[in-house]
Amino acid sequence: MVNLKKIKDEFLLKLNEKLNLSEINLIKTELFGKNGLVSSEFKKIGTIPEQERKKFASDLNIVKDELQELINSKINEIEISEINEKLKKEKIDVTLPERSFVQGKIHPVSQTIDEISSIFSEIGFNVEEGPDVENEYNNFTALNTPDNHPARDMHDTFYLDKNKEKLLRTHTSPVQIRTMKKDKPPFKIIAPGRTYRSDSDQTHSPMFHQVEGLHIDKDINMSHLKGCLNYFIKEFFEVDKIKMRFRPSHFPFTEPSAEVDIGYEIKDGKIVIGEGDKWLEILGCGMVHPNVLKNVKVNPEKYQGYAFGIGIDRLAMLKYGINDLRSFFECDYRWLNHFGFDPLDVPTNYRGLSR
Amino acid sequence: MKITFDWLKDHLQTKNSENQLIEKLTDIGLEVESIENTSDLDKFVVAKIHKSEKHPNADRLKVCNVDIGEKKMIKVVCGASNANEGLLTIYAPPGAIIPKNKMKIVITQIRGITSQGMLCSESELNLSDESDGICELKQNQYKNKIGKKYFTKNTSNLIDLSITPNRSDCLGVRGIARDLSAAGFGKLKNKINKIRSKGKQRVSIKILKEKNQGCTIFGSCLVTNVQNTESPKWLKDKLISIGQKPISAIVDITNYVMLDLNRPLHAYDADKIKKGIVVRNSKKGERFKALDNKEYVLEEGMCVISDNMGVLGLGGIIGGTRSGTELNTKNILIESAYFEPRSIRKTSKLLSIDTDAKFRFERGIDPISIEDGLIKSANLIKDICGGEISKIDIQKTKRYKEKNINFETKLFEKIAGFKISNKKILDILNNLGFKIKVNKNFLNLKVPTWRPDIEQPIDVVEELVRIYGYNKIEKIDPIKIRSKPTLNKTQRLFHFLQRSIASKGYQEAITWSFTDSKVNDLFKSNMKDIEIINPISSDLNVLRNSIFSNLIMYLNKNLDRGIKDLSLFEIGPVFHGSNPGDQETVVGGLRSGKVSRLSWVEKDRNVDVFDIKKDVIQTLIEAGYSKSKIFIDDQAPNYYHPGKSGRIFLSKEKDKVAAYFGEIHPNVLKKIDIKTEALIGFEIFVDNLKKTKRSLKDQKKTYRVSDFQKSERDFAFIIDRNFKSQELIEIISNIDKELIGGVNIFDIYEGENIPNDMKSIALNVTIQSMSKTLNERDLEKINKLIIDTVENKTGAKIRS
Repeated sequence: MVNLKKIKDEFLLKLNEKLNLSEINLIKTELFGKNGLVSSEFKKIGTIPEQERKKFASDLNIVKDELQELINSKINEIEISEINEKLKKEKIDVTLPERSFVQGKIHPVSQTIDEISSIFSEIGFNVEEGPDVENEYNNFTALNTPDNHPARDMHDTFYLDKNKEKLLRTHTSPVQIRTMKKDKPPFKIIAPGRTYRSDSDQTHSPMFHQVEGLHIDKDINMSHLKGCLNYFIKEFFEVDKIKMRFRPSHFPFTEPSAEVDIGYEIKDGKIVIGEGDKWLEILGCGMVHPNVLKNVKVNPEKYQGYAFGIGIDRLAMLKYGINDLRSFFECDYRWLNHFGFDPLDVPTNYRGLSR
Repeated sequence: MKITFDWLKDHLQTKNSENQLIEKLTDIGLEVESIENTSDLDKFVVAKIHKSEKHPNADRLKVCNVDIGEKKMIKVVCGASNANEGLLTIYAPPGAIIPKNKMKIVITQIRGITSQGMLCSESELNLSDESDGICELKQNQYKNKIGKKYFTKNTSNLIDLSITPNRSDCLGVRGIARDLSAAGFGKLKNKINKIRSKGKQRVSIKILKEKNQGCTIFGSCLVTNVQNTESPKWLKDKLISIGQKPISAIVDITNYVMLDLNRPLHAYDADKIKKGIVVRNSKKGERFKALDNKEYVLEEGMCVISDNMGVLGLGGIIGGTRSGTELNTKNILIESAYFEPRSIRKTSKLLSIDTDAKFRFERGIDPISIEDGLIKSANLIKDICGGEISKIDIQKTKRYKEKNINFETKLFEKIAGFKISNKKILDILNNLGFKIKVNKNFLNLKVPTWRPDIEQPIDVVEELVRIYGYNKIEKIDPIKIRSKPTLNKTQRLFHFLQRSIASKGYQEAITWSFTDSKVNDLFKSNMKDIEIINPISSDLNVLRNSIFSNLIMYLNKNLDRGIKDLSLFEIGPVFHGSNPGDQETVVGGLRSGKVSRLSWVEKDRNVDVFDIKKDVIQTLIEAGYSKSKIFIDDQAPNYYHPGKSGRIFLSKEKDKVAAYFGEIHPNVLKKIDIKTEALIGFEIFVDNLKKTKRSLKDQKKTYRVSDFQKSERDFAFIIDRNFKSQELIEIISNIDKELIGGVNIFDIYEGENIPNDMKSIALNVTIQSMSKTLNERDLEKINKLIIDTVENKTGAKIRS
């Protein structure tokens, strides 16, 4: 008994001194090692007379637990203080710059094409494409613009041969022809892409982008056209209200033809779509001319519908406040970075068109 | 087409305002492009030079004291030699805009003397071509008008209309008035068709009956004993009001009738026509001097007006100098003819001539307006220049065939989507000039002669909607049903690659599809130039054979801007022929400069081939292609560095090149003068990437992983220097696909302790079984197998 108490008191005293980790470990061995003081006491249990044995064992366990607990808490204390010590030394300036990274961007024209596709996807249009080099027939003749038609003058065309049979398409409308020749009605397509005219100044660029729309079915009329474009413009500019005006115009491949203006005003030097009393022309459209349908072997008695053509670059300029058309194609890194979009910013129906 | 409201009122009775007019014009498809405020002309006043002295500091300048009707005289510096004391002239005050050059007058110092405005020449005011000296106004007419406005008739603004090519009828003021009246904007006034004629038209006119004769009707009228003169003020004012320059009465009258009635005319000096007029096809090589003072050499088959001596003019396009009217012309032959649009267009294109007459004839002129034009012009000539008018002579080779359309009124609703009453339909068509016979199920319509564009029922629908108002068309909301996927597989891949590349730090560029052949030459390999016949400039003269042709130039421009570390890419077409479809879609990227430039935390280094290889491989894998199948060799086109470039295939079969990557050849950099630390590039050929038929949900294999212990072993082989590491990895992987999970090369070493022509490759192999924990013996076995296989198959030696 005396022995136990002696051990306990002696070591409690020892452990209360300031110790380092190895000193504590030494004490631990002294007590609980193979031949440690406490371990030795446990070996004695068998030799203790029956009637004292129970109490001895119980006392021994109490002493063991007490010492062990103290040792553990001491070790823990030291470890924590060591970590704290280490942390103090490891303080760095986190305001130093991070490792360098480069951020890629999607060109505003590409982003706008995706926005347009997303809107028309929702109302059942699918995307068709055609080649940049076209033949004269698909670009003009099949679109009811014969060789002697003055409307051809409005297209300053790039030609690839002397006979003027091969050219860079002046609009995306030949995709109408290709699509209707290839498949059977109904048709409900959009066709975005590059288009070319030999014209270059502040507002014209020899290459630009258009999106064609075509919806042919049995009973598609001008009300559907108006409804579709109204929907598109509202969705595209992400406004609740728009002012839209249909104006009679002329395109050889549509009859009746219209140009569409949207209302806008200038507020604090920025263009605001949907308000004000100024008009801005944004697209051309109309009911597909029966001659065009005949040219692609679609019976105009049975099928009718509308087509439209929109300048993509212009839409992008309006929506994102870009002033100079030519800057789209000058590839100034700073411009691309400023007007470009994050590649993860994919326009979708459910997530929204733009951030 | 330029008009003024005042001129319009010659034909239209209306109480509406100019603002209402402008709105209406746009509503019926005659788009108002601009409105020019002619009140600018109000600023010009009649003035008198009170005193004129030589400028003290300039020999040729004068300092004039000018009376502009105010209390104080003002000082104007003037360079005209006729700026003499007592002259009545026209003064432009500060703020006035000179019509000719649109220059705004400001108070300015001229050689030390302040000039408060300008004295104008006739040319500056577009009154005539007279630019020698300032205007000299007649004393008796203007001496009491000092300080008064010189231009009196210009209260009405200049309205510029954009007339679409189908509406030739609106290339004259009367046609516009007619359209407006049909839309309920006022009432069309009657036209005058009385002529005070006497005697026969004695110049013989003959149209030769030839194949493709471009002239089918030739009307003429002779006015004899005229005195050509300056036009009266009303006529001058009228022409000036729409920005035309008065010349002489005869010329002004023909212009006026053309603009008023859309009826081009031509006036000949009848005495210069030798033995009558013959309208015929030209012979190749015939020449004539036109009124634009250019000599034209004709091709065969152009429609010419000729006489005994040869060509007088190109019918409907331009007259010749030989028979032109002058101030002393006595007898005038007025031509009013019909020329076929096709013939006009062909001739004018071949000769590159553009005139007001040509513009109208090629769009189609009312064949019935021939007499109206002769009557109006002859009467005016007689009024202004005196003389006697002959009877009208009309020669024809073809009768005008009137167009009839049977129009079912229900077509209107079918196309427009709304209904209007039959009465409304009849009213509109009537006002537009259609002659209507009402049948049981349809209307029989006789199309007005001035509407060459109306050919079939759909054209009638347009007329009805146009006049009734496009704003009446309802909106039907689109239905949100999709029956076909929006994008096909190729389009989805395009979209994916575009964003995948951008996500690796590249900025997307869009450059022209055409390029400079000199740059294109560097990248076209063995392809031929695809030339543009009419390029916009000589440095955009071919279609690009490579995505790099433009991209590299723009990269260089950015380097010039001082931006060093660039990553640019473009996805778009490149061309390999001039036929439709001779193109493919390529993603091309270029990177220049360094990685981690000026970084405190990492050492900088030049971008290199393995940066760009990573970008390409990662993109392909993200797009769904299997890394284990990708195969690479070192054959790349000649614009890449021959030792630091490669080709990527999607499988070992090497059927189509999926991509190239590598350092750009130093010669290319030298030729384009690119200065950068490093330039690397890649091209992914989108059309060469196989599109799997299976969708992603079918492609996913069963999920299978091992939870047994994984071991790693390192090996170093000494192997032939040219041996491709790709092959070594493949050999090891194939030893036991069940057990070998990964092979990673972590060191390449050449030099000391390694024989010449050899290299040391150190690699780490991951070994793991799907069915048990491998013991030392198993591992030893596979270890030995790896060493033996590599040594046997490659001649390599394990490094001890």
